[in-house]
Amino acid sequence: MRVCNQVRAVAKREWSAYFNSPVAYIFIIIFLALAGFFTFSVSNFYEAGQADLSRFFFWHPWLYLILVPAVAMRLWAEERRLGTMELLFTSAVTPGQAILGKWLAAWAFLALALALTFPIPLTAAWLGQPDWGVIAAGYVASLLLAGAYLAVGMFTSALTRNQVISFILAVVLGLFLILAGFQPVTELLSQWAPGWLVDGVAAFSFMPHYEAMQRGVLDLRDFVYFGSVVGFMLFLTHLVLGNRSGR
Amino acid sequence: MIKVEHLVKKFGLRTAVDDVSFGVEKGTVLGFLGPNGAGKTTTIRMIAGYLPPTSGTVMVNGVDVVANPVAAQRQIGYMPENTPLYDDMTVSGFLRFIAELRGLRGKARDQRVADIMERCMLTSVRHQPVDTLSKGYRRRTGLAQTLLHDPAVLLLDEPTEGLDPNQKQVVREMIEQMAKDKIIMLSTHVLEEVEALCTRIMIISEGRLKLDSTPEDLKKRSASYNTLTLDVVAPGADPATVLAQIPDVAQVDVVQRAGDKHVLRLIPRDKQSLAVSAIEVATQHKWLVTELRADPGRLDDVFRDVTTTADVIRQSA
Repeated sequence: MRVCNQVRAVAKREWSAYFNSPVAYIFIIIFLALAGFFTFSVSNFYEAGQADLSRFFFWHPWLYLILVPAVAMRLWAEERRLGTMELLFTSAVTPGQAILGKWLAAWAFLALALALTFPIPLTAAWLGQPDWGVIAAGYVASLLLAGAYLAVGMFTSALTRNQVISFILAVVLGLFLILAGFQPVTELLSQWAPGWLVDGVAAFSFMPHYEAMQRGVLDLRDFVYFGSVVGFMLFLTHLVLGNRSGR
Repeated sequence: MIKVEHLVKKFGLRTAVDDVSFGVEKGTVLGFLGPNGAGKTTTIRMIAGYLPPTSGTVMVNGVDVVANPVAAQRQIGYMPENTPLYDDMTVSGFLRFIAELRGLRGKARDQRVADIMERCMLTSVRHQPVDTLSKGYRRRTGLAQTLLHDPAVLLLDEPTEGLDPNQKQVVREMIEQMAKDKIIMLSTHVLEEVEALCTRIMIISEGRLKLDSTPEDLKKRSASYNTLTLDVVAPGADPATVLAQIPDVAQVDVVQRAGDKHVLRLIPRDKQSLAVSAIEVATQHKWLVTELRADPGRLDDVFRDVTTTADVIRQSA
């Protein structure tokens, strides 16, 4: 099908763009190093004596907060800066196809980085008898979380030709989406705000959905949540890119 | 063919393109001229389906660009201003990517890319990353990219801008080669280029179409068109006075005089050719004409005239 061909072509180009530059390697090394450091040194994985990965997955929202915007920031900002966006959008490609292709490529890249953390579950398996179902659910949750962050970063990347601005906006938006449902923050809020408001704000947050899946509960509503965050952010990206007013 | 009707583009309060209409037929190489900021790029972007017009319509081979940009873009090869390319890719990788966007796959894609690289003389640099290319090769890669899907219409925004004379020549030859059975619309502010390449000229200024004509017609508008410069050896005579008697001659200037050698400039009354009558007069008086030059007209004179006056001059091409 013609439509899929173009999505695939854009995704393939974007994927190889990561590996044509040091970005991919630096990202993967830093992601793995930080994930390992937080899991083993900060959360005392060994000393805790529990063969589960909650200490590993606990850090992912915070790692992604900084690292995913770094992956996403160039997606559109670079196209704007180099002027290649004009080339792309006059080569019989719809913005929707290009957005989807880029998002899929970057998501696949994040999936690769996540897959390379496999020594951590293997360590747990070597030390005890972990629940593989919960670990699988944790990985699914982490992958969905990464995709949602990525969609946010893609949107901020479409807003500007400056990658630094894109990065900062994505971090701020991501921080809001974490903190709105982060327990210390919701507890603080509930001291003066009515309960329904706190719950309402928290429902927008990544955290309740991520944590529920972390515990091994794969609820359809959480999938729908992440799916709608991605969908909505890609829709906003489409609006921004569709509204070209020249430069 | 391209059909543009009442095209308008406003950026806020500024009107970049103001009610432009024209049509272009197959086989035409259209030179789109104008000073910087006249609206050339904006017009081309609208035809290419990149910028939506504020009002007006653009049809390319019967497809409405505004309503159906993707279908229209299948007919169009477009090289944007400054040749943006994906710098991290190799030349062949880049062309393969564009070919895939254009719907080519597998063997057909590789064959087509190889053919186009051959035609655009890019084969020797095919494995080189785009950001290491010289400007000339970069431009050729940009041109190659427009040809992959064999479009009926080529839109080239300043194709030779910033190239050295040799590189310019190469690009021009490539355009000439492509010209048959296509429509080529190229924007430029280099006038020699239009003379060398184009069968039709449009001049745009302040967003309005000022002139639509052929290079030959345009040159005739030049003030100095058919002014005759005459080097003549006339012993003991005053050729200036005698030549001034010719009915078509409005004025004779003496450019230089050294003994019997005169250099004269004959200005025609109504841009007629003066060569025949001047030679007749010289033969009658047994003068020796050593050199004779009729001014072919200069596009830059016309360009300056047209882009600095307000009224629209239209002439069928």
